[in-house]
This record gives sequence, C-alpha cells and structure tokens, in this order.
Amino acid sequence: MSTLTDPPKDSFRLSMLINDTRYRSLTFQALAFLALALSFMYLGNNLIANLRAAGLNINFGFLTDTAGYDISQKLVEYSNQDSHSRAAFVGLLNTILVAVLACVTATVFGVIAGVLRLSNNWLVSKLMAFYVEIFRNIPVLIWIIIIFTIMTAVMPAPRAFRGDNATATMVFDAFAFTNRGIYTPLPWFANGIFESQALNWLLVLVVACGSWFAARRVNVWATAKQEATGERPNTLPMLLGIWLAPFLILMLIMGLTWEYPALKGFNFQGGIKIGGPLIALWFALSIYTGAFIAENVRAGIQAVSKGQTEAAAALGLRPSKVMNLVVLPQALRIIIPPLISQYLNITKNSSLAIAVGYADITATLGGITLNQTGRAIECVLLLMAFYLTASLLISLVMNVYNASVKLKER
Amino acid sequence: MSDLAIEREIDRTKMSVSDEVAIQITGMNKWYGQFHVLRDINLTVNRGERIVIAGPSGSGKSTMIRCLNALEEHQEGQIIVDGTELTSDLKNIDKIRSEVGMCFQHFNLFPHLTILENCTLAPIWVRKMPKKEAEDLAMHFLEKVKIPDQANKYPGMLSGGQQQRVAIARSLCMKPRIMLFDEPTSALDPEMIKEVLDTMIELAEEGMTMLCVTHEMGFARQVANRVIFMADGQIVEQNEPEEFFNNPQSDRTKQFLSQILGH
Repeated sequence: MSTLTDPPKDSFRLSMLINDTRYRSLTFQALAFLALALSFMYLGNNLIANLRAAGLNINFGFLTDTAGYDISQKLVEYSNQDSHSRAAFVGLLNTILVAVLACVTATVFGVIAGVLRLSNNWLVSKLMAFYVEIFRNIPVLIWIIIIFTIMTAVMPAPRAFRGDNATATMVFDAFAFTNRGIYTPLPWFANGIFESQALNWLLVLVVACGSWFAARRVNVWATAKQEATGERPNTLPMLLGIWLAPFLILMLIMGLTWEYPALKGFNFQGGIKIGGPLIALWFALSIYTGAFIAENVRAGIQAVSKGQTEAAAALGLRPSKVMNLVVLPQALRIIIPPLISQYLNITKNSSLAIAVGYADITATLGGITLNQTGRAIECVLLLMAFYLTASLLISLVMNVYNASVKLKER
Repeated sequence: MSDLAIEREIDRTKMSVSDEVAIQITGMNKWYGQFHVLRDINLTVNRGERIVIAGPSGSGKSTMIRCLNALEEHQEGQIIVDGTELTSDLKNIDKIRSEVGMCFQHFNLFPHLTILENCTLAPIWVRKMPKKEAEDLAMHFLEKVKIPDQANKYPGMLSGGQQQRVAIARSLCMKPRIMLFDEPTSALDPEMIKEVLDTMIELAEEGMTMLCVTHEMGFARQVANRVIFMADGQIVEQNEPEEFFNNPQSDRTKQFLSQILGH
C-alpha cells in the first residue's frame, strides 16, 4: 500500500554528483583523494628513477658500519669504534634528555611567571611582563648562542682551579663551574643490593612509585575523612614520612656515596659533567618556551570570568580555595591544549643543538653520520620518523591528560 | 512596567520587621580613581526588612550592595553587618561573607560542578560540614526552589530561571541571615522572571532580611517594605512603597518613575 507521505523517488542522474548536496561533498572528496594519490605515485616514481640514474639505492646497511667519531655528552657507553646506529641511539637519548629537562623547567618558569604576571604587586607583574616580552620576542637560536657564549667567555677554565693562588674555587668543594660545563658530585651505592648501579637506581625508582601510590591512598583517606566528619586531616607530616622514610632507609642500606669531581691533568675527572652545550640548550629552551607558557597560563586564568571568583568569595571561600576549587579546574581546560604545542615545540627546537655542538640526534645521525656516509635520504627519513613518532607520542599522552581534566559541563 | 509578574497571594503578615539592626551604614564614600561612585551613604536595615533599591544605571546601586560583603572596598565610613564591622580584617570579612548570601545578575554558577556540588561546595569547605549532611541540606533547599530532580545535572543544562533558583539555593545552603540580590531577574525572559520572584517572595515570607537591586516595580510594590531610590551615587529618597510610587518627593524620582512606569 502506498501512502501520500512517501516522498517521490528521484531517479539518480549523473548531474546530481555535482548539484545535489547529498553527493556533492563525496564527489569532491573522491576527486581530491585521486589527485593526491596520483601526485604521490608520480613523486615516488620520480625519486626511484632518479636514484637509479645516479647509481644510488635506498639501503640502511651503513648503520652497522663503524661510526669513527667521538661524542662527549652521552648517557650510555659509546666509543668511536661503535656503529652508526649506536651513535644515532646516543643522539636520540640526548634529544630526549634535553627535551624532558626543558619541558619540566619551562613549565615551572611558565606557571610561575604566568601567575605572577596577574599579581596585584605592580613591580612583580611588570617584571614578569618584561620577562615574557623579552624572551619570546628574540629567536631561540640567538638565546642558545648568547647563553653558550656567556658560559664559555665568563666561566673560568679548569686550569684556573689549579695551584696555590687559584683564581677559581669549587663551590662547597663539590661543584665546579667551568667554561666546559658544570661538574657535580655523582651519587652511587657502595654496597648496593644489585651488582649494577643501574639496577640499584631502578630499585629507587620502584620505591618512589610505591611512595606515590601510598601518597594517593592517603589523599583518598583524607577525602573520605572529610566527607564523614567535615574536617580534612592535615596530611602533610604523613606525606613527608611516606616520601622520605623509605627513601632514606634505602639510601642507608645501600650505602649512598658521593663521588666528587676532582681536578686531574687538564680537566676535572669523576662526578657528573653537565656539558656547556647541554646547559645552554636546556636553559635557552626553558626560558624561551617558558615565556610562551606564561602567556598560556595567564590566558587560562583570565578566561575564567570574574563572576566565578566573586560568587565563590561571596560564599565565604578563601582566595586559595577559590583558586583550587573554582578557577583552576576551569582554567586548566584552556591551558592544556596550547601547552601540548609548547612541548612539541621544545622537542623540535632541541634540534638547534647543532649550533652549540650538543650531540642530539640531528647532530649525530643527521650531521656527522650523514656527511660521512653520504646516505642523506636514509638519514633524513630516519630523522623524520623519529621526530614524528616523538611528537605524536607527546600529543597522545597530553591529550589523554587533557581528556581527564576536561570539563563535563553538559 | 506593571505588576504582571506576581499573581499569587502574598502573605504580608508573616513578613514582620524586628527592632534589631541587621545592617548599619554610616557616612560611606567610595571612589573609583577620581570618580566619586558613592556619596555619603547612610542606611539602617532592621532584621526582616525587604528593601528594594531602584535607580538609573550607573547610580551606584550594585556598588553599594557589593560593598556590604566586601566584593568592593569602601574608602570612607563605617559598615556594620550583623554586629560585625566590615574592615580590611580578613576574619571580619570571612564572618560577614558566611552570614550574607548573594545572588548575581548572571547567576555565576560553577559550570564544572553539578547543581548539587554547586550547593555543597561552601558548606563543605567553609562550614566544614560532612558531605552527607551537606548533600541533605542542599537537597532540602533545592526542593524549596522546586528543582530537586536537576541535582545531578550541570548548570549549562538548565534554563536561566532554573539557574537563578539554584544560585539562590546555593546561597541558602550557607544559612545566611541576610540576602543580597543584584538584579536577579535582569538576564531572564518574562516567564522565568516569575519563577525567580516567586522564590524570592517565599524567602521574604520566612522573614529573611533582603536587599534587592531590581527594576521589578511590581515586586517592590507588593513585597518590599521600603524602596530606596539612588541617583549619582546618593540615596535621593526612601519611603514605603505606596508613598514612594504614589507620592514621590524629588523631581529626580518623579522623572525616573515616569520613565519606568510610563509604558
């Protein structure tokens, strides 16, 4: 039975692909995809044909060859007899090292500067505005070079620490600030539970994770107590105990010892060396990106309307509670997405390491290895794959965090 | 504006005014930079009074009631709220704020918290109330403003009138002895104005001391026991509603009333 409400069935005509809104966007998407696929096929064919004409082929065999060059700043064992892939791995770890360090310090700088810029204290807010405007408006490469130059020009050379009338002295006999970098004491375990120092440090990390879980339990307990009685117990002594006691006991058992740097020959030996290039890169990326993060933080806090603060204050909440319970939960939603971009920027800007000779992955794989082997396409492809993977991972982690603080408003 | 918003029977007999002073303002002055916003304000409000503050925009009505819970600072004069002098002393400010409730034109509900959490936030963190108790209290007041079934929704899911009623319930959860209303119906549709005014009338019938900045002259006529007219930062005239509307004294008041009641 046919009813009157049935719409008349249109027969499909070819012109509807262009004129009918139901098909139009599909048509254009199909066309765009076709064009893209064709151009990639053309470029790929072109590349292979040209490589063949030049007698080249894409081959990653060079990675197992001996690298033959030295790297001064390294997190793992490496000598110039190791392979190119080992050198690339050292560079990769160095990139991760400086990126992680700079992300942490840039966030600290940014949050402090962003909050203080909103301070009622005229001097403090103007100082912070000055910091932000100076540091984000000068290219980061210039900052890296300035800081590196200042370090190498102003700090004393190791030989200044020598002799009876030395012009430079170590701070607390433990830290040496030289133009080659900063030397600090190295902690190690005299009678560690494991043979290897790395495993001992892993144990410390495991214990810290345990403390973290315990601290979370304490917070859950405090919230339950508050819900039951109204009073939130003071958890500070308990948290201090949870964090410090297991740590101190572990240090005592494993016999924590400090290896102090000492002047031997032309340079300091022992301890940890934080090379000048690493310091320059780390510090420059931190203050530069910190200035951007400061603006993100300020924007997030200011985007929460004044009415929210007033309503909370009118209910009798103290300013710190207003901040924690009302303003920050709303501000974080605005701060985190641009913060992701800033972390990605730090990771990618760390490739400027090449300017001061810090051996990151761009300097090792994309620099010396590339020049020695002539395998430009392979090296650059690997570099691109690395940065892409790293950036997508950071994005993923931060997006998960963002989803967890996102407002459920409706 | 007419009396259209209010249709229900109002029981004025319950709205008794006691001799006890709730708020006393003497010689208050306030400047924004060079601009003199409040000039020599003197006002005594007794417990149980319902005061409507009217006046053209920019006359300092909102600023005056915002001074009463220290959302704005006054520079000269004395304000005593519920026996506590309002100074820059944080203890006094805390005490006054926990005794004085306030509703805003744009409701200012916390969008990241549910209706129930909006209501329990202050009792839990200021009054140190156990969560269960605070929730029972919140549900009691949400029932009173007739939206208990929305308790687990977020403010963004409610209509303007409902949001303003939640804001009233949120203030009531702190068991205030005085309520300040800063143009509570100005951002609402006519239909929603009625539901908010009904809630406010119920409060008045329970003997709440109320100061209300509003343009609802129907509310002023039927609920208020005193209407205060402000212009240029001064209290120009104050009187009982009947006298105020039928027999205004100053030219400024006459001009204002002719404009607001004229259409």
